[in-house]
Amino acid sequence: MSVSYVLEAEKLSKSFAGLAALVDVSVAIAAGELVGMIGANGAGKTTFVNIVTGYVKPETGRVRFMGRDVTHLPARELTRLGVSRSFQVAQVFPELSALDNLLIALGARLTHSPWRPLRRPELISQALDALERFGIADYRDYRAAALPQGVRKLLDIAMAMSGAPKLVLLDEPSSGVSADEKFSLMDTLLGALEPTGAGVLFVEHDMEIVARYAHRVVAFHEGRVIADGPPAEVMADAQVQTYVTGVLRGAAFGRPLVGDARA
Amino acid sequence: MATAALGVLLIAGAAGPAYLRFLFQLALGDGLAVLGLMVLMRAGLVSFGQGFYYCLGGYAAGIIGTYVGLTDGFALLLLGAAAAAAAGLIAGLLIARYREIFFAMLTLALTMILYGLLVNNERLGSTDGFNVPPPHFLWWAPAADRLGMTLFVLSCVVVGVAALALDRYLASPMGWLGEAIRENELRVEYLGVSVLRLVLVKYVIAAALAGAGGVLTALAVGHVDPGLANWTTSGEFLFMALLGGTQNVIAPLLGAMVLQLVRTYALQYAPYLWQMILGATMLVIILLLPNGLWSLREIRRREANG
Repeated sequence: MSVSYVLEAEKLSKSFAGLAALVDVSVAIAAGELVGMIGANGAGKTTFVNIVTGYVKPETGRVRFMGRDVTHLPARELTRLGVSRSFQVAQVFPELSALDNLLIALGARLTHSPWRPLRRPELISQALDALERFGIADYRDYRAAALPQGVRKLLDIAMAMSGAPKLVLLDEPSSGVSADEKFSLMDTLLGALEPTGAGVLFVEHDMEIVARYAHRVVAFHEGRVIADGPPAEVMADAQVQTYVTGVLRGAAFGRPLVGDARA
Repeated sequence: MATAALGVLLIAGAAGPAYLRFLFQLALGDGLAVLGLMVLMRAGLVSFGQGFYYCLGGYAAGIIGTYVGLTDGFALLLLGAAAAAAAGLIAGLLIARYREIFFAMLTLALTMILYGLLVNNERLGSTDGFNVPPPHFLWWAPAADRLGMTLFVLSCVVVGVAALALDRYLASPMGWLGEAIRENELRVEYLGVSVLRLVLVKYVIAAALAGAGGVLTALAVGHVDPGLANWTTSGEFLFMALLGGTQNVIAPLLGAMVLQLVRTYALQYAPYLWQMILGATMLVIILLLPNGLWSLREIRRREANG
């Protein structure tokens, strides 16, 4: 069983200042699977992502990546193993061009040849290919700070993908992107991720996006998983409709008033 | 181009009057320390303590020459740089965890501690310092009147090699990760790179370069004193870096050269105004050329391209 899953999180618990952020959360993701994660603000989604990527340590439970226990590895070692993430607020190098951003992401893996220049033809063509895959090659010479929000998010994800990860966690890929752009952003994004065969987990507040793209949905409420299954099934769940999508309460909880903390 | 610039300098120093050569000599020693500072500044780290390693290199050369009796110029250069690098590694384990004002103040604190220790050490001449014996090179001991020229040629070669090596380093992935740290450390960690280790490496490179610069200056002057570790020395290195710029390995060397020239002539013609002249120079640079003199070149290039 452990072989087919890229990620197995088992009974993760974490509290901050006495407040339980996660309680006994177990989630598994298979290679090539596209899992949407939903829940109101403070439900524990970002904490889960932070634990799985090594940013925060759980109090109990463990995280297995490709069958290996990685609970206590720091973020950079998990990254090297093949766990990658993007951030709700794009984490790029603002004063450098989009191309240089990607070159650095590629170069970060090449520390064994310290004397060869970063801006060398084969790396530049690799970087341009990556920008092309994410549909942002036209912006190659723009400073990252000057990029439109959606493009900057794609750049962030393209950088996260530079090490050919086996597991990718996307924290609200569509947040901050206008409603008419969100589907084209997700199409581009998932079109670029799908061929890599990586397991993808994306945190999302937009139920339209979840319903349209996720193979499976995990719903959080107050630090617990309240539903885990095919999108239609989860969306029909009474608890999910009460606490997450807000359908039963008649309130539009689909969009948060303010974003989660970025990490 | 770097080679050409050093070639011109070599000819100017060799053909020109001795005082000019000595001025260039001092600028080369300082230039190494400023090259190190540039590596840190490119990573967004402003050190106020390059003088610590500069002084350590100089004193190491002096102590080994005087008390151990080893006066080979090459050996002293290597040992001085190695001593500074070793001290940089130990201090760096603490300092590399800090950023911005804390980083700057910790580096300053370190150099002031060394200054205090040296001022209070009678055996090392207290505030007067002590004389550094003239070096020989392998089996060749240059005559007293040839020593200055020999050291100058050696300094040109050392600075040239250091500048070229640094140029390659800064263009490499490891070098670019410095810019990346300055811009966003979180992203660097999530690219699988240890920011702490990277900062430590850069700090040690800066220390080794300053140490080598200190050795060259100590041998050329024939004397070391605690002033090498005084905070004003570190301040001058920062001044040189701002004056020249940090975009290219020539820029810090240019800054070192210009400051030495300004200082020499200001001291000569206006001994009571020279610090004011220095201050005014800094003001003009920051207001008009915030990226240093080197940006003049880029401005010209931009204009040439229309």
